[in-house]
Formats: sequence, structure tokens, C-alpha cells
Amino acid sequence: MELRDTPQEAAFRQEVRNFIAQNLPSSSKARGARRFEDADRDWSRKLGEAGYAGLTWPKEYGGAGAPYSHQAIFLEELARAEAPSHLGVIGLGMAGPTIMAWGSPEQKERYLSKILTADEIWCQGFSEPDAGSDLAASRTRIDDQGDHFLVNGQKVWSSFAHIADFCIIVGLGLPDEPRYKNLTYVIIDMHAPGVEVRPLVQITGHPEFNEIFFTDVKVPKENLLGTVGEGWQVAMTTLLHERGTLGFALSATLDVAVRKLIALAQERNVTDPILRDRIAREWIELQALKYTNYRSLTTLTKTGIPGPEGSASKLVWSENNQRLTKLALEILGSHAQLTDGSGDGYWQYQQLRSRGNTIEAGTSEILRNIVAERVLGLPRSR
Amino acid sequence: MDFSFTSEQDDLRREARSFLEANPSPSMEQLAELGWVGILQGGDFTFLDAAVLFEELGRALYDGPYALNEIAGQPGDDVWSIEIDGLVPHMDQVSRVLTPDMRGSSAHGDSLTTVDETLGLGRLASNDAVAAHGEWVDVERRLLAALALEAVGIGAKAIELALAYVSDREQFGKKIGSYQAISHSLVDGYVAVELSRSLAYWAAWCVAEDDEQVGLAVAAAKSQAAEAAVLACEKSIQAHGGIGFTWEHPLHRYYKRALWLEGALGYGREHRAEIAASLLSS
Ligand SMILES: Cc1cc2nc3c(=O)[nH]c(=O)nc-3n(C[C@H](O)[C@H](O)[C@H](O)COP(=O)(O)OP(=O)(O)OC[C@H]3O[C@@H](n4cnc5c(N)ncnc54)[C@H](O)[C@@H]3O)c2cc1C
Repeated sequence: MELRDTPQEAAFRQEVRNFIAQNLPSSSKARGARRFEDADRDWSRKLGEAGYAGLTWPKEYGGAGAPYSHQAIFLEELARAEAPSHLGVIGLGMAGPTIMAWGSPEQKERYLSKILTADEIWCQGFSEPDAGSDLAASRTRIDDQGDHFLVNGQKVWSSFAHIADFCIIVGLGLPDEPRYKNLTYVIIDMHAPGVEVRPLVQITGHPEFNEIFFTDVKVPKENLLGTVGEGWQVAMTTLLHERGTLGFALSATLDVAVRKLIALAQERNVTDPILRDRIAREWIELQALKYTNYRSLTTLTKTGIPGPEGSASKLVWSENNQRLTKLALEILGSHAQLTDGSGDGYWQYQQLRSRGNTIEAGTSEILRNIVAERVLGLPRSR
Repeated sequence: MDFSFTSEQDDLRREARSFLEANPSPSMEQLAELGWVGILQGGDFTFLDAAVLFEELGRALYDGPYALNEIAGQPGDDVWSIEIDGLVPHMDQVSRVLTPDMRGSSAHGDSLTTVDETLGLGRLASNDAVAAHGEWVDVERRLLAALALEAVGIGAKAIELALAYVSDREQFGKKIGSYQAISHSLVDGYVAVELSRSLAYWAAWCVAEDDEQVGLAVAAAKSQAAEAAVLACEKSIQAHGGIGFTWEHPLHRYYKRALWLEGALGYGREHRAEIAASLLSS
């Protein structure tokens, strides 16, 4: 056991720190890592050029081929500087790894490098009005027309769709086949005719996710991932990466929140012992999440397989973030209601946004099912 | 960065687990034969090796002074206990007692009756104290880390007992573990124990390395792990139904040990007050 950086890790940490100091635009620093979209493309492009976007991606795909520990260090340093992350989170964390696992050489060549440079932004079109937690119930039609696919249907809650160039979708390709064997997974060009994006205003008042309507969208055959009918397996790869790569990013965002919470408490000179107790608890919870992620990281590095302790990270993080942001509002007091320009609205936004944390990327109920069945080996609930 | 035990430590854990399954209540002589006594007094071992044993002893609900004797760290052949909040665990099994003013007394005094009947608490009556070796801050840190590790062993075992039970027991024609009200509750207990395990290992590493964060780490680990152990036991009792409420079932003994751990050297609230003071002052 060695919890300090190795000399190589320490050197990398210093390099990242220098990079951030020299390159982080002061405007995005002022806004902090408040919203994903605040991360402007310039910053993302710089991260890509410096090789930080695809740190753990293999070199052949334009990545740095670095160990997972570098990814963790990079995210820690971003959090420390309260710097925004790369804009292309869906491309980097989900579409890219799925293309690496299932894509043809031509697809890898076509898409991967532009994800790193933030030249092309991706979104995920999995959820539908009647298929949320139950992804296998997707009904968007992906019909094989011989020389192309014809896509018709509707997706919903799709983050980044309003700025995205491509979308990964799963839909019904073989309607007569049984569940799990009837799905097809394709890449959709968001600029193609028949694709319509309608923003949905979230609980925060900001439109950060969208409905996507597909009307007779012609999708070239070369946009297929896996085979027709293999969509479920391809989608599982996407979800594995969504949750698998999330751990460190999550503790990094929580780290920022805890730093800001402590700063707020200092600024307000919090003396109430109950509030102080709860502040200390949030700090402890952050350490617990961080060191649990280190344990998973070590397992991942040694065995190539994420350990069971990692699967609970997202579940815990979402609840921590919800508790913490409400605590911040309580420190602000009833004046937290005011939107008249006193204060920057940071905590008000964060608190409302946090309610989505237990819904997005798998609801807490679904994650508890997964931990119960796949980690603890309990009998299936369905 | 390597947050795992060495293969030797993994071997030690395996050895400890199988030995303690056969002998949950070993004598100090038996433990000395295994080479565990004096593990913290120099030699090839570190606090991380001891940490493996502290956790396994907790899991086995061991009822003797081994950990306290190691942590007291006094020279000579006497077996030591440490006074915790004015109470001396396993007083009848030791000859000397270390007190927080860093003095050693002979282990004479009143035996007390306790909720956890395996604690053997006593109250010191002798007044023959002489100066002991070391500093209390170090003893206290080791002790907090050891209590956290013991709690992790207790909590993990309580959840394991529940998982085995709900995977077997049927009601309404189904395994009760398939009901989400049961499985989700146990997931929460499991997750709490696993998170506190990370804190306990971090704290043990900080003690071994005398890391600058050691004070915060042991306070965080002790408070969180003891609370997680209590939670895990409560969820396990609930998942067992009536049988979990009986004297006959072992669960109540884990629960009572967890309740002792939660209070020993201060409830979580007291540690969090210290952590808050440290975080908010700078
Ligand atoms: C902020 C945000 C961003 C999102 N971004 C995207 C995106 O980019 N792309 C995308 O495809 N989707 C996205 N989503 C959608 C998200 O994945 C879904 O909302 C989620 O999977 C739940 O589906 P649903 O909304 O249909 O709810 P439902 O599945 O209908 O669930 C409703 C309630 O029922 C519970 N429930 C459902 N099934 C079970 C079960 N088996 N056992 C116990 N409880 C159950 C759920 O936990 C939940 O509490 C986003 C959502 C949010 C909030």
C-alpha cells in the first residue's frame, strides 16, 4: 500500500498543474465548473491538444495510453483549480469507448480523433418516452432498407443534443425477434434531414437536455455498430463505460463542492454545532468516496476488471451531492430564495440540478438492483 | 498510488480468518505462537499488518486484549489493556493498564457488568501507577484506527449473515432477498461498510506512515466505521425477522460490540466537531 504519488505520478501532477495555470481562461475560472456547457470549446480543444482529453485511450486512437492513475490525477487537479471538464463527455466516456470496442477501422478513423479535439460533440439517445430504466423497451424504429437504414421515432432527455454533431442511439431493428435480440445500435448525424431537436427546460430553468425526433432519417449502413440485432450488447458496452469511468469524475466534482461549502461556511462564520457537524460529515463522505475510488483504481490497474466497490460510487455520490447542496442553502438561510442578483446563484442552481443526479445515468433504484444482483449475488427482483 | 494490501498481507488475512473460524477466542499464548504478539514492536511488520489482524479479530468477535496490548506498545512480557473513557476492557485478562496520562497501573479494580458481555470491562482501583513509554496522541491514533478496523470486520460480517439468510429464506413463495425493500436496505448497509473500509485502510496507512493527515484520517475512520457497523447490524437484524431478535442468534453480539465501538473514545459527533474545527479554521 502506497497512497503517495510515485515519482512519475508526481511529475505528471506537476505538469497538469502548470498546464492549468497557463491555459485556464480566467472567464471560465470565474464561472467555475458550474455547468458542463460552461466549458467552452477552446478550453476543451486545448485539453485535447495537450493530450489530456483521451488520457487512457490507446495511442493508436490518438490517446495518451496513460495509466488510469493519470486520469485520476488529472481530474483531481481540474477539481483543485475548479476548472471545467472537457465538453465532449459523452464522446469521451461513452461513444468513443463503444466505437473502440465495436467499430470498424473506418469508423475509428472517422470519429475518434475529432472527439478528442472537441471538433465534434456527441450525445446519447437511449431514453424514450416509454423506455427509460427499461432500455430494452426502446421502440424507435431502425429499419434496414438494403442500402441504408430508415430511422423513425423519438428520444428524450438527451443532454447536449442541441449542440451535438452525432448521436449514439439504440432502437428496434428486428421487431419480430425476442427482447434483447431485437435491438440495433447506430450512429446518427445530428445534421441529417429529418432530425429535429427540441430543448426541454429543466427544473433549474435551463434547457440542458432535449427531445429528439427522427422522421424518415436516412442513416448510411456504415453507421452501424455491431450487427443488426446486436444493439443490446453494444448498449451494455456504452453503459459499462458510462458508470465505469464515472467514479473519479464524480469525486472530483464533489471535491469542488466540498471546497466551496467550506469556503462558504468560513465566509459566513458558521458556529452552529449542528451545521458544523454536517459540514464535517460531507468532508468525511468525500474522503470515503475518494479512497473507495482509489481502491477500485488499484483493482482495475492490477486485474483489468473494476472491483465491486466501484459500482456503488455513483449511487453514493448522487446522494452526497444532494445533501451537500441543501446544506449550503441552509447556511445561506431564507435569503437563498432571492434571485435579485445578490450572490451568483451558484448553490441555488447546484441544489436543483442535484435532484437529477439520482435519475441520470441509471436511477438509484436501478443501481441498487445492480449492486444487489451483480455484486451481492442476491436473487433477481424481476 | 497502490491502495491494496501486499500478497503477504493477503496471506496473513487468510491465515487469520481460518484460524479464528476454528478458534474465535484464542489465548494470548496461542496468538504468541502464531507470531502475532509484538507485531507492532519493530521487526518486519507495520501497522498495516496489524490492521489486517484487527479487522479479522473484529469479524470473529474476538473477546480478548490482543489489540489493546499491541497498541499500548509497552516493553516487557506483561499483557496490557488501555483505559478507554474511564473503563478498562478485558481487565481480568491483563496484568497492566495504560491510562491516557501515560501511566501504567497493575490491573486491579472492580469488574463491571456490561451489555456486550464479551468486553470484560473493569474500573481501575489501584494507585501504583508509574510512568509508561510513549505519547498518548500516538496511542490514541492507533486505537482509533484499530477500533475503525474492528468495526469494519463487524459490519461486513453482519451484512454477510443477512445476505446468506435472505438468499435462503422464502415468504410468499419467493426468496425474501428478491424483494427490493430487503435487497436495497442491505445494499445501503453494504455500501456504508465498504466506504468506511476505505477510510479505515486510509487511516491505517496514515498511522503506519505517520502521514500529516493522520489526525483527520483516524477521526473520520473511527466515526464513520463504527456508525456503519451499527447500521449494518440493524439492517441485518431487520432482514432476519424474529430470529434476528433472539439471544440464540449471534447477531445481537455483533450489534452490541458495534454499539460499544460507536461510543468508545467518543461518538461520531465528537470527532466531527474536531474535524470541523480543523477544516473551518484554516
Ligand atoms: C439530468 C438528466 C440528464 C439525462 N441525460 C440523458 C442523456 O443524455 N441520454 C439519455 O438517453 N438519457 C438521459 N437521461 C435520462 C435518464 O437516463 C432516464 O431519466 C432514466 O434512465 C430513468 O428513466 P425514466 O425517466 O423513463 O424513468 P422511469 O424508468 O419511468 O422510472 C421512474 C421511477 O421508477 C423507478 N423504477 C423503474 N424501474 C424500476 C425497477 N425495476 N425497480 C425499482 N424502481 C424502478 C425509477 O427508479 C424511478 O424512480 C437524463 C436524465 C436526467 C435527469
